[in-house]
Amino acid sequence: MWSYEKKLQYPVNIKNPNPAIAKIVITQYGGPDGELGASMRYLSQRYSMPYKEVVGILNDIGTEELAHFEMIGAIVHQLTKGMTIEQVKKAGFEDYFVDHTAGIWPQAASGAAWTANYIQSKGDAITDIVEDMAAEQKARTTYDNILRLVDDPDVRDPIKFLREREIVHFQRFGEGLRIIQDKLDSKNFYAINPSFDNVRRR
Amino acid sequence: MNELLRRIQYLSFVLVEVNLYLDTHPTDMAALNYYHTYKALYNRALSEYTSQYGPLTPGTVESRNRWTWIDKPWPWEREA
Repeated sequence: MWSYEKKLQYPVNIKNPNPAIAKIVITQYGGPDGELGASMRYLSQRYSMPYKEVVGILNDIGTEELAHFEMIGAIVHQLTKGMTIEQVKKAGFEDYFVDHTAGIWPQAASGAAWTANYIQSKGDAITDIVEDMAAEQKARTTYDNILRLVDDPDVRDPIKFLREREIVHFQRFGEGLRIIQDKLDSKNFYAINPSFDNVRRR
Repeated sequence: MNELLRRIQYLSFVLVEVNLYLDTHPTDMAALNYYHTYKALYNRALSEYTSQYGPLTPGTVESRNRWTWIDKPWPWEREA
């Protein structure tokens, strides 16, 4: 089970409301490579993962992603709190505003709702860990794109922190892949070995 | 299930339940005292469990020779 700590993992303090930036950043809240999907993906994959080291990173990174989900929520909140109707119109934020006002809702920048179709939990150790490595890179690219689009240093600072976490997670999942490969049936030359019927459990 | 873990499970459920009640009744002294009484029981059970069986959270790892956080069983595994 989980318990909550009343703090952000890294500070978010944005001085100026800016719905144009909110429209972009919200994609990491509920978009295809966002933090909600990341957390649901890793926490769902834990059950069928045969190796305790990899269960550990899925559990702990899946938990950290919830903290990132909260940071993105805080960024979007601070970018939309106190915005004027003129700012809403000028930013093209009307589509979001009419449905959610200044509420926070998991959607992509395109407006598409968050969906479990963004993630996979395949029940195969190699399949899942490789998906996770790709997911970290996709999130890192998204943060790079946000940094290309956003000038406000108050937004860039926590976004840079989140981008770096994607790199660390990719590294840890890469180590997870090595651990899985080392423990697979050594007679299988190829780096595939379905965990459903072939894994040496320990 | 380990009896001490079962005790932690019900004590922490007591805390969750009183927590929710206190969220909407923050000045109810009887409930607040109840919370602190059970929090003390929970703390005692938790440290007893941790020193005997290992950590329930990464923050309570006590071992100095290896990282025991990843040790089995994970909570969703069927009991032997």
